[in-house]
Amino acid sequence: MSKGVAITGMGIISAIGNNVAENYDALIQEKKGISRISKIDTIHKDAIMVGEIDTTNEQFFKQLNLPEDNNYGRSALLGVAAAKEAVAHANIKDIVKYSTGLISATSVGGMDMTEQYYYKYLEDESLQKYIEGHHAGDSTQKIAQELGIEKSLVTTISTACSSAANAILMGARLIKSGKLDRVVVGGTDCLSKFTINGFKTLMILSDTYNTPFDENRKGLNLGEAAAYLVLESDAVVKAENKKVLAYVKGYGNANDAFHQTASSENGDGATLAMEKALKVAGMEPRDIDYVNAHGTATGNNDLSEGRALIRVFGEDLPEFSSTKAYTGHTLAAAGAIEAVYSVLALQHNIIFPNLNFNSQMKEFHITPQTQLKQKELHTVLSNSLGFGGNCSTLIFSKEA
Amino acid sequence: MKKVYIQGAGSISSQKTFDNSEFLDEISVYNDTVISVVNPNYKEYIPPAAARRMAKGIKMGVVASRIAMQEANVEQVDAIITGTGMGCVVDSEKFVSAIIDNNEEFLTPTSFIQSTHNTVGGQIALGMGCKGYNFTYVHASNSFESALLDAKMQLELGEASSILVGGVDELGAHTIKIHRLIDHIKENAVTPATLLDSKSSGSVFSEGANFFVLGNALSERCYAEVVSVEMYNTLPLENLEETVEAFLKDNNLSTEEIDVVVMGNNGDVAYDNYYNHISSALFSETQHVYYKHLCGEFNTASSFGMWLGAKILKTQQIPEIVKLNETKASAIKHILLYNQYRGENHSLSLLKKC
Repeated sequence: MSKGVAITGMGIISAIGNNVAENYDALIQEKKGISRISKIDTIHKDAIMVGEIDTTNEQFFKQLNLPEDNNYGRSALLGVAAAKEAVAHANIKDIVKYSTGLISATSVGGMDMTEQYYYKYLEDESLQKYIEGHHAGDSTQKIAQELGIEKSLVTTISTACSSAANAILMGARLIKSGKLDRVVVGGTDCLSKFTINGFKTLMILSDTYNTPFDENRKGLNLGEAAAYLVLESDAVVKAENKKVLAYVKGYGNANDAFHQTASSENGDGATLAMEKALKVAGMEPRDIDYVNAHGTATGNNDLSEGRALIRVFGEDLPEFSSTKAYTGHTLAAAGAIEAVYSVLALQHNIIFPNLNFNSQMKEFHITPQTQLKQKELHTVLSNSLGFGGNCSTLIFSKEA
Repeated sequence: MKKVYIQGAGSISSQKTFDNSEFLDEISVYNDTVISVVNPNYKEYIPPAAARRMAKGIKMGVVASRIAMQEANVEQVDAIITGTGMGCVVDSEKFVSAIIDNNEEFLTPTSFIQSTHNTVGGQIALGMGCKGYNFTYVHASNSFESALLDAKMQLELGEASSILVGGVDELGAHTIKIHRLIDHIKENAVTPATLLDSKSSGSVFSEGANFFVLGNALSERCYAEVVSVEMYNTLPLENLEETVEAFLKDNNLSTEEIDVVVMGNNGDVAYDNYYNHISSALFSETQHVYYKHLCGEFNTASSFGMWLGAKILKTQQIPEIVKLNETKASAIKHILLYNQYRGENHSLSLLKKC
């Protein structure tokens, strides 16, 4: 059993940067990564904005030294890029020295290839290599292979928009219980016509920059991204004399049990998830210094999450902001993206602004932090809420 | 650490397994390469209007979990943990083909919503108003084992006392079509009796849902104790023997103490050698049991293997139809389950008589 769950490495690729340093620079320079879509030919291209990563699949093949005839979809490419950065950042030279697992999250999986070749598979044999890449576990298997994780606990979580938070949650539990010494956790999702059209039919895509917690919010921007964290036990940290970036201190998952896609009006699930995470962390709401909210900028999410925040913290809650205005909503990856941002916030004692905010929401009086702010931070709470009523909260701390 | 027992089970499979008072009494024989489930009367469990809207995977999952909960005599659980390789794949197919066929126009959200992998777990929670922990694992042939491991950890550490855990997958027409192209499905029809001797590549594709109520409380109703679950993303054939031995050693058992080995042979000539290898190298005197000739192959087929192992321990009976060899197994105390799919995502699970 390990008391602490140490974060010793991070990797990220998103619309605001190809690594941790670039993401941090964009966050503090308030540079958002939202644009018109360029890599997917969709009829909605003039009606939506997205958080797209510049690197093309072909550029990734070179960057990651993949053979020409690989069957990687874009989620796997993003995932490998970010996971490799995390492992290098944790200064891991020999990954099999300790029992090391991988818990990855995805919702899109290999859908980007499936939607291109769905019927073409039947005629063109050269495309059939992508058939095996469709299922969600495939990108995870590829990441494990590229990291050299063998004969080990490798699995995939898909709980819609809370997926990566749940991968971190499960990883933390595996370290705490002593089942693993080390685990790489996170998530990856690329953009796809499938998700663009899916969210379009739900009428929750904004035609302009997303504006979390704003009275006049028009919906979300989809984004693509991947992020991974290396979690290690106290024993490994000690034996390897590891530098600890932060700790996973608390975690909670609960179900809204309200509606398949909508959150309950009062945020029952989110409230429960935050309460559980505080309990695991042994903390009171007043111990939280900053909340990185899920804040997708849909009418439903921000109202429900805001009410849940008030239920947990009262009207006097710590600074909160959503970073989705920077990256877009990166679905199954979002929890890991925001975990990296939470750790960066702790490391630099800085609160990232909730961009694009103009008008106070009518339903309550809480207002997101809209300016970059220096503040001594000890703890950050991060929410991830998804379809299926799936609500997750993680608490990161400087101290074990 | 607290012990974990299987308190109730619900199985919907290509055999008539939804009635817990039976144990493979009648076998439904096929001569095919793709098989469907023997449907229970869903209307007994779900209002007809709701059932019509539900994807098959949701229906199977909801009803299998209802059966398991009835048997365990519980109305609520602390957590719901689902394993599914593909989720509601029919809805995924519907939405993708609609995007292509209509050039992204005239789409409706229903199939997109249902295609989300955690729909089955979410719908089960919604149906019973369960606000507890709700996870969905989607890792190919280890989807169910991931769910099982998660549940077992929570119960052992006292984080929950009753958890619904299951595996569910449904068949999709296009998925079948394209998996025929890459020989994951057998070219020629087989029967349950000829599956293992087919000497051809691929397996018989299928679907099903097997749900279990796991908990700390031991009662007469319990099937078995879940002692251990381990997963291996890769496992070369040459490391298989030592890995199984190490697994048993971790559980303070020798190969001789295993009374029955439940194996996931699916008749694929390229991959059944894993099963043949451990049965001859480690368990030559042990009773070998298989099941994919009855339930077919799907990402969570190993949840049917767990149902079978649990049922054998509870009844102390081994139906002739699942026996791969003849031994004089008397009292059955320990059952080892081994599964892999196409040489990847191996699992070892250990059940014990309770």
